[in-house]
Amino acid sequence: MSDHGAHAEEHFAGSNKLFISIWVWLLVLTLLEIFLAYRPMAIHFMLTILLGLSLIKAALIMAYFMHLKFERLSLILTLIPALVVCILLLFVFFPDSFRSLGLRYQYKEAPPVAPAPLEEP
Amino acid sequence: MSTEARVGHFPAVDWEGGAFPYRVGHRKLGMWLFIVSDSLTFSALLMGYSYLRASNVWPTPFPFYPSIVFSSVMTFCLLSSSLTMVFGVSASSKGDKAKARKWILATIFFGVAFIVLHLIEWQHLLHEGLRPFYLPEHWVQVFTSNGVPPSPLFGATFFAITGLHMFHVATGAVYLGVVAARVNKLKHEDVEISGLYWHFVDLVWMFVFPLIYIMSVDVGGHLAAAAH
Repeated sequence: MSDHGAHAEEHFAGSNKLFISIWVWLLVLTLLEIFLAYRPMAIHFMLTILLGLSLIKAALIMAYFMHLKFERLSLILTLIPALVVCILLLFVFFPDSFRSLGLRYQYKEAPPVAPAPLEEP
Repeated sequence: MSTEARVGHFPAVDWEGGAFPYRVGHRKLGMWLFIVSDSLTFSALLMGYSYLRASNVWPTPFPFYPSIVFSSVMTFCLLSSSLTMVFGVSASSKGDKAKARKWILATIFFGVAFIVLHLIEWQHLLHEGLRPFYLPEHWVQVFTSNGVPPSPLFGATFFAITGLHMFHVATGAVYLGVVAARVNKLKHEDVEISGLYWHFVDLVWMFVFPLIYIMSVDVGGHLAAAAH
């Protein structure tokens, strides 16, 4: 059992001080998000900043709390790229989402105007 | 074991397989694979929510109090629970089982606090009249834009995503309870695996909180103004 303990200790790197500093960073980024919620800005701009901050927080949690930074590179390369690609593929639905917004609401403000007929040669 | 030792000394042979290519046990690898598949579940739900939001008039009803205050305190609870969990795993790696159990129990405490606060927050919204497929009448009046009413699917996305997340927290609390009870019999790696699951639940909330709560803050206080 002591042999196992030594083996494990070798693999669980990182001091409590490091983990506390990661926790403080995560709290600071969360407070920044709450602050941003009350700043007037365009929704696309806000979404970009919030997702950026979320990705940083997710990276901090995975790297330090989930210990991935201290794992072997082959494990990281097996898990992360495939996940990222799958999530990015889900964005394929958004053109349809914007299209259905247009279908639903395009005649609410003004009636449609017929395009000018092409001149026959 | 000789393969294991050889792989340890020559990183270049990582991709040639061998008995131990990732230098983690099969249980830990299994948990990582579960986490990858579960993150796709949440990604799909959040993507469905984003799809609906981008194709509809969407209400932004959350007031500073109670919604944002509650969700911020809940975020604090989850982040702190991750810290106590990492302390527990660290103690376990040094063979200090009693200390590991103490930290895991602190983690469960924060997890249960999260669930209780979240249920109170749900109660506020249910009391206002929000249901999975209906908006409260006064929300419809306030958030109607250019004569187009807001989407009634707000409640469906809200309760589905936060509900599934809450279910994960509850499952994690039970899982950690079992780990805390059996910590003397478990190997260190099993404690670490339960930690992976718990941190994953925390990680998901780092996306749910901004996308569901922060993006739907009632900045101008339109609902409160309409009530008076």
